[in-house]
Amino acid sequence: MTTTDPTGTNTRTAARVPGTVRAAWLVVEGRWIWYRRNWRSSVFSTVLQPVLFLVALGLGLGSQVRPGAATDGLPYLQYLAPALLASSALQTGSGESTYPILSAFKWQRTYHGITATPISATQVLAGQLLWIALRVGFSAAAFLVIAAPLGALPGPGVLLSLVFAVLTAMAFVAPMVAYSATIETEVQQFSVVMRFIVMPMTIFAGTFFPVAQLPVWVHPLVWLTPLWHGTELCRDAAIGALELLPALGHLAYLVALVAAGVHLGRRTFVRRLEI
Amino acid sequence: MSGNGDGGLVRARGLAKRFGDFAAVRGIDLDVRPGEAFGFLGPNGAGKSSTMRMVACVSPRTEGDLTVLGMDPLTQGPRIRARLGVVPQQDNLDTELTVRENLYVYGRYFGLSKSVVRAKATELMEFAQLADRADDQVEPLSGGMKRRLTIARSLINDPDLLLLDEPTTGLDPQARHLLWDRLFRLKQQGVTLIVTTHYMDEAEQLCDRLVVMDGGRIVAEGSPGELISRYSTREVLELRFTPGDQDPAAVEGLAERVEVLPDRLLLYTADGEATLAAAHARGVTPLSSLVRRSTLEDVFLHLTGRTLVD
Repeated sequence: MTTTDPTGTNTRTAARVPGTVRAAWLVVEGRWIWYRRNWRSSVFSTVLQPVLFLVALGLGLGSQVRPGAATDGLPYLQYLAPALLASSALQTGSGESTYPILSAFKWQRTYHGITATPISATQVLAGQLLWIALRVGFSAAAFLVIAAPLGALPGPGVLLSLVFAVLTAMAFVAPMVAYSATIETEVQQFSVVMRFIVMPMTIFAGTFFPVAQLPVWVHPLVWLTPLWHGTELCRDAAIGALELLPALGHLAYLVALVAAGVHLGRRTFVRRLEI
Repeated sequence: MSGNGDGGLVRARGLAKRFGDFAAVRGIDLDVRPGEAFGFLGPNGAGKSSTMRMVACVSPRTEGDLTVLGMDPLTQGPRIRARLGVVPQQDNLDTELTVRENLYVYGRYFGLSKSVVRAKATELMEFAQLADRADDQVEPLSGGMKRRLTIARSLINDPDLLLLDEPTTGLDPQARHLLWDRLFRLKQQGVTLIVTTHYMDEAEQLCDRLVVMDGGRIVAEGSPGELISRYSTREVLELRFTPGDQDPAAVEGLAERVEVLPDRLLLYTADGEATLAAAHARGVTPLSSLVRRSTLEDVFLHLTGRTLVD
């Protein structure tokens, strides 16, 4: 090695090429350094907002709902909480997979900075997705911690629901990151996605009332959403009513969406960062 | 020792880059030696940045051979990048992080330990005169400070080769001189620099050797002095007229080459004063006249033309 020490002092470095897992983790570390100073600004939308929904709808409106077949025999608060876990995880994830991605490509160009180091475009994508998954996980865990003393959690199965909620979020996040990465000029794409995909999904995919209440022709649309599959998994896991085959079906669908998103995202990240 | 057998840090033969139908780089040969400051000059769209991106191992070549630090970017990209410092044309700092955090996070991408990166970040903030802004967010910093931070960041891994793509574009004169001073110091420390620029004074100040690119090709190569003596004359006589009044025929034969501008005639000649006397003797009466040394700018405009590129 040539010895270069531009500052004239003695700290010698020994740069090396991190492996893929470590590289992705270093990208997470970079985001974490930002987050640990700035987490307060996002706490309202990611943790408090779902808690407000839980209180207003679960405790307030729910006091007028009699437990019955439609609520799986549960008090409405407990019927709602595991599904709200999935729904808010997906909303947190969707926020993280729009403007932050566009900005890292276009405005701040931080991805271009990272790929000038030994870290590759694919590793950047892996790190970004891992970071979103962790962030969704933190928020979901915080929601559970607040929901527990309200009596909103049906049982210890909610820990499994937490895992399913993160998977549900990522089934939307991975394709959404792939899409955001293709955007060169932001016009209205993100608000269209939020208004016409995320919003209807959070209202109609079974979070607040059974899908059976909807007209039959809407059902296939609902089944396409990752949130419906996630809601079924989270609710059944919370009350300990998971059945093997349906659960495997839901899982397979969510994992397939993640895989498709990763595949498409990888192509776009490489195309934009290594051309 | 880095580099391959013949000691070149960068070696290119017939290097080409195409984007679809557009040929950005059309087959160039390069040899950058250890310790030198090597410049790419050229108008916008000449292929400088595309070449830099190939050398930086973030853009695979379409054709030709390229080795950087003795390795092939196509197969050893990450290993090469571990030993490069890159200052891109557009800053890509994380503006929501502080100065120190930017250096820290970036250093970690090179697999450096936390303690090494912390110490290195502190040194580099001194070097870039940013120590008093260490814990400020980057967003509100001036353009010059951001640029200095970008350069400091590119040194976090003690690179063997530093790539600077238009390092001083958009900076005020004070900021440019401070940056040049830092780059001189790096050069003295033995860091090899590759610089692209379209500022001729920058190229004359910084570069030991340079190539002029135009339309994806290298059109000239040498030290600033060599290029001036090869492609221009020692002196230039500028005769200024009321626009439209100048008559190139009146000075024909007085100089090696005459260039006609809207308000001026440029006479490329070995002895400007003698040429001026000869012009006066012919009855040429300019509004004013100026004898100056040829500069790299004369070479550049001669080689790449005065037509606006974009």
